[in-house]
Amino acid sequence: MSTLLTQFVDLLGALLLILAFAMISQRRILSMIHLFTAQGVVLTLATVVVGVVTHQPHLYLSAFMTFVLKVLLIPRLLHRVVDRLDIRWETETLINVPTTMLIGILVVIFAFNLAMPISRLSSALASGTLGIALACILLSFLTMITRSKAVPQVIGFLAMENGLFFAATSATYGMPMVVELGIALDVLIGVLILGVFLFQIREQFDSLDIRHLEKLKED
Amino acid sequence: MLSLDILLATPLIGGAVLGLVGHRDRARDVNVAFSLATFAAACALTSRVVRDGPIFAWDHAVYLDALNVFLVALTAFVGLTTSIFSRPYMRTERDRGKMTPPRLRLYHSMYQLFTFTMLLALTTNNLGILWVAMEAATLTTVLLVSVYRTAASLEAAWKYFILCGVGIAQALFGTVLMYMAAERVIGPEGGGLLWSNLEAVKAQLDPQIITLAFAFLFIGYGTKVGLVPLHNWLPDAHAEGPTPVSAVLSGLLLNVALYAILRCKVLTDGALHGSALTGRLMMGFGLLSVVAAAFFIMRQRDVKRMFAYSSIEHMGLMTFAFGMGGPIASFAGLLHMTVHSLVKSAIFFAVGHATQKAGTQIMDEIRGLLRISPTVGWGMMLGALAILGMPPFGVFASEFLIVTTAMREHAWATPFLLVALGVAFASVFHRVQPMVFGDSTMKRLAHPPALLPVFVHLGIGLMLGLYIPPYLSAWYRQAAAMLGS
Repeated sequence: MSTLLTQFVDLLGALLLILAFAMISQRRILSMIHLFTAQGVVLTLATVVVGVVTHQPHLYLSAFMTFVLKVLLIPRLLHRVVDRLDIRWETETLINVPTTMLIGILVVIFAFNLAMPISRLSSALASGTLGIALACILLSFLTMITRSKAVPQVIGFLAMENGLFFAATSATYGMPMVVELGIALDVLIGVLILGVFLFQIREQFDSLDIRHLEKLKED
Repeated sequence: MLSLDILLATPLIGGAVLGLVGHRDRARDVNVAFSLATFAAACALTSRVVRDGPIFAWDHAVYLDALNVFLVALTAFVGLTTSIFSRPYMRTERDRGKMTPPRLRLYHSMYQLFTFTMLLALTTNNLGILWVAMEAATLTTVLLVSVYRTAASLEAAWKYFILCGVGIAQALFGTVLMYMAAERVIGPEGGGLLWSNLEAVKAQLDPQIITLAFAFLFIGYGTKVGLVPLHNWLPDAHAEGPTPVSAVLSGLLLNVALYAILRCKVLTDGALHGSALTGRLMMGFGLLSVVAAAFFIMRQRDVKRMFAYSSIEHMGLMTFAFGMGGPIASFAGLLHMTVHSLVKSAIFFAVGHATQKAGTQIMDEIRGLLRISPTVGWGMMLGALAILGMPPFGVFASEFLIVTTAMREHAWATPFLLVALGVAFASVFHRVQPMVFGDSTMKRLAHPPALLPVFVHLGIGLMLGLYIPPYLSAWYRQAAAMLGS
C-alpha cells in the first residue's frame, strides 16, 4: 500500500515537471493560466498523498490551503486581470522554443545531479522528489527569463513558488504550520501587488511589454 | 515580556492606524509617535538583554542575544530618526503635488509595516519566519519605492520585486534543505526550524545537505544584501523611491539581510567542522562587491544612485570582514554595520533636502548648497567625509581594523581593498565638493528641513570613531564570539 502511494507521489512529481516544461513552450497567456491551475491541482493531490503516507494531519490542512490559494483564488485573480486588461487572447512570439527546451533538459539534468547525493540521504518518502522540485524551480526561472511580457513573467514567478512548495512537502514532511501560513500570506499579497502593478505599468507605458522597462541603465 | 510585546505590536498597530488616517495632516506626527514608542520599547529590551544575557520568549519563538538585540536597537533608532526626517520632506512633496492623500496614506502605513517586518526578522528564532519576514519586507518596500507612480519608479519597483522575489525564493529552498537536515537529527516534532535548537545540534547536521542549503541561502539573502552580481535592483530602488525610503533601505534592510546570512553561517560552520567554505564564499563575493561598486560609483550622475553604489561597496566590505572571521574582523564588521547605517542614512537625509531644493537628482545641476543652506551643505560634506573613512569618524576605525586584519591574514586581498577604497574616495569627493561649494541658483524651501537627525547620526558616528563605550564594546565582543572564528 505504502509503496504504491510513494510511487504515486513520484508520478505526481513527474506530472509537475511535465507541466513546467509545457509552460516554457506555451504561447498563449490563457493556456499558461490553465497550466498553472493544473500545477495547483497536482500539488494539492501530492500533499494529500504525502499526508496519508506519513500520518501528518497538518498536511491535510496545508493541502486545503494550496487548493484554495493555487487552484481557486490565484487563477481567478489572474483571469480577472487578463479580462480587465483585455489580453485574454494575446499570444507572444517566443524565440526558439526548441533551443529553450534543450536548455530546459540540461537544467533538469543539472538539478538531478545537484540533488542526487542528498536524495540518497533523505528519510522522507520518494528519493527523486527533491531533484524534481529543484528542476521545477529552475524551469520556472527559465520561463521568466525567456518572456518579455509582464503577465507570463508573473505566472513563471508563481510556478517557482509551486516548485518550492513541492520541495517543502515531499523532501521534509511539510514546514511547520506558522511558516506555511506566512508563506501563503506573502504569496497572496505578492500576487495582489503584482496585479495592481500590471494596471499601472499598462497606464504608464501603454503596453505590458517589459522591454519598455529598460530605461534605468548603469551610466 | 512586555517590552517585546510593545516592540512588535506598536509598528503593526501603527501600520493599521495609519492605513486609515495616514492622509491627514497630523499623520506625520503620528508616524513619529509610533516610531518613538517602538524605539522606547527597543531600549528597554536592549537594557534587559545587556543585563541578563540571552533570553527566550513566546515559547522559544523569539530569541534575543547580543547579535540581534544590538540590531534591534539600531533599527528602531534609525526608524525613529527617518520618521522625523520624513515630516518636512513629505510636507514639501505634498505641496509640490508629488504626494496625493492616498499616496501619503500608503506611505505612512507601509513605513510602519516595514519597521514591523524588520523587527520580526531580527527577533524571531524561527528560520522560516525569518524568511517570511524578509519577503514581507520586500513587499512593503516595493510599494514604498513605487509610491510616486512615475514610469521610472514603476520600472524600479518591478525590477526590485522580480529580482528580489526570485532571489528570496532561493533562500526558501535553502531553508527547506536546512529543515530537512534538522529533521534527520531532531525529528519531525522537535521544532527543527528554531535557530537555537539547530545551534545546539549543529555539529551533527549532515554536511552535504548543509553545504547546499548554505549556497541557496547565501544567494537568496545575498540578493537582498546587494552583493555583486545580484545588485541590479539596489541602485534603481534607491534612486526612484522617496528619499526616506532610500535611507531605511540602506540603513536597515541591507543590514537585516546580512544578519540572516550570519545566522546561517554560524550553523553551517558548525556542521562543516571548521571548513573555510562559508568564509571563502563571503570573502570572495564581498571583495567583488567592494571593487565593482567602487568603479560603478565613478560613472554615476545621479546623487542617490551614487550613494546607493556606495552602500553596495560598504555591504561588500562587511561581508568580507565577516568572511575573514575571528574576533577582530567580526568586531570590525559589527562596528561597520552600525556606523554605516548611521552615516549613510544621515547622508540620505541631507541629500533628500538638497534634491528638494534643487528640484533634481542630477549632480551637475546641484551647486552651492553651502550658500543656500549651510546646515544641509555641511551635513552632506561631513557625511561624505565620514562615509569615505576620514579619520575621526567611526567608519575609519572599522575600515582600519578590516584592512589591517586583511593584511595580516589574507594579504592578497589588501591591494584590491585599498585600490577600491581609493577610487571610491576620489570619485565621491570629486562629486560632492562642487555640490557643496560654489555658486547657487536654488531657492529656499517653504518648510524648514529636519536637520537634527543628520547631525545626531553624524555625532554618534564621530563618537564611535573616538570612543566606544565599554558596554557597547563588550556587546560587540559577545556578538563576535557568537559568530565564531
